[in-house]
Amino acid sequence: MEEVTQPKVYVRTCVALLALLALTWAIAYVDLGPFNLIVALGVAIAKAIVIALFFMHIKGSSRLLHLAAVAGMIWLLFLISLTLGDYITRGWVPLNH
Amino acid sequence: MEAANLPPLVGQQFDDIEQQREAAKLGMWIFLATEVLFFGGLFLGYTIYRFTYGQIFVHTSRKLDVLLGGTNTAVLLISSLLMAFAVRAAKLDQRRMLTWLLIGTALLGCVFMSIKGVEYHKDYVDHLVPGRHFEWHGADPHSAELFFWIYFAMTGLHAIHVTVGIGIMLVLALLAWLGKFSHGNHNTVEIAGLYWHFVDIVWVFLFPLLYLVGHR
Repeated sequence: MEEVTQPKVYVRTCVALLALLALTWAIAYVDLGPFNLIVALGVAIAKAIVIALFFMHIKGSSRLLHLAAVAGMIWLLFLISLTLGDYITRGWVPLNH
Repeated sequence: MEAANLPPLVGQQFDDIEQQREAAKLGMWIFLATEVLFFGGLFLGYTIYRFTYGQIFVHTSRKLDVLLGGTNTAVLLISSLLMAFAVRAAKLDQRRMLTWLLIGTALLGCVFMSIKGVEYHKDYVDHLVPGRHFEWHGADPHSAELFFWIYFAMTGLHAIHVTVGIGIMLVLALLAWLGKFSHGNHNTVEIAGLYWHFVDIVWVFLFPLLYLVGHR
């Protein structure tokens, strides 16, 4: 029989996720200026990592699976950062038509 | 023959059961990477429009019901807990427990879809569905409509994934009841679990990005 995780680990994971949900929900009502977005994204990333580590068993799985799990994320970061790099810098250099 | 002594079924192409399990999980993670990029196009579109029309996004987002969206986040997180227990039950060869946990996961998926349906209906009644029916009395109705295009495209694609997930869970529940995942043959349940958790993660990002834009 395969090794299984203790039930309490899953319950704690779920409680942590619900606590993070409450946190992001509550912070939305506090005006932090541009930091609202940063905190909301930070909490979302934390939740995604917790789900991947404990529910999806990334913790304790092979290096090969770790690589496959982060590959999609890395390409998504390339996609968004390079495209934003274009949009943000438009107009920085005056063009003579 | 005593059923508990049956070894798990190993495909001819694999050396042993460990390799078979690893291959199944690797395949699923690679599929999930393509899913990240599938949703990624929409997340990119969202990012650019939010960068371009930031202030209008903040105002438009307030039309969405945070209570319904937040409740749905909790529903999906709890469904993920049931799914994690389902995979555990499959590994421990608990057929009855596995069947009920899969049904429970599917039911919470149905609760999610019902709440989403109520929300979509509210949006329709409030003339927030983009198209000829769309009405906006604030500034810049075109940009507001754009936000709702993105909202419906992202939540719609996610809803399709939840619907597929519900179907998978129900089929797996039937197969589990028939004992197809007994004796160490729990690969299918495990990778279906990975799919379900992934769909949960997508919603974890959609909720703050669509419902909690800026300060409310």
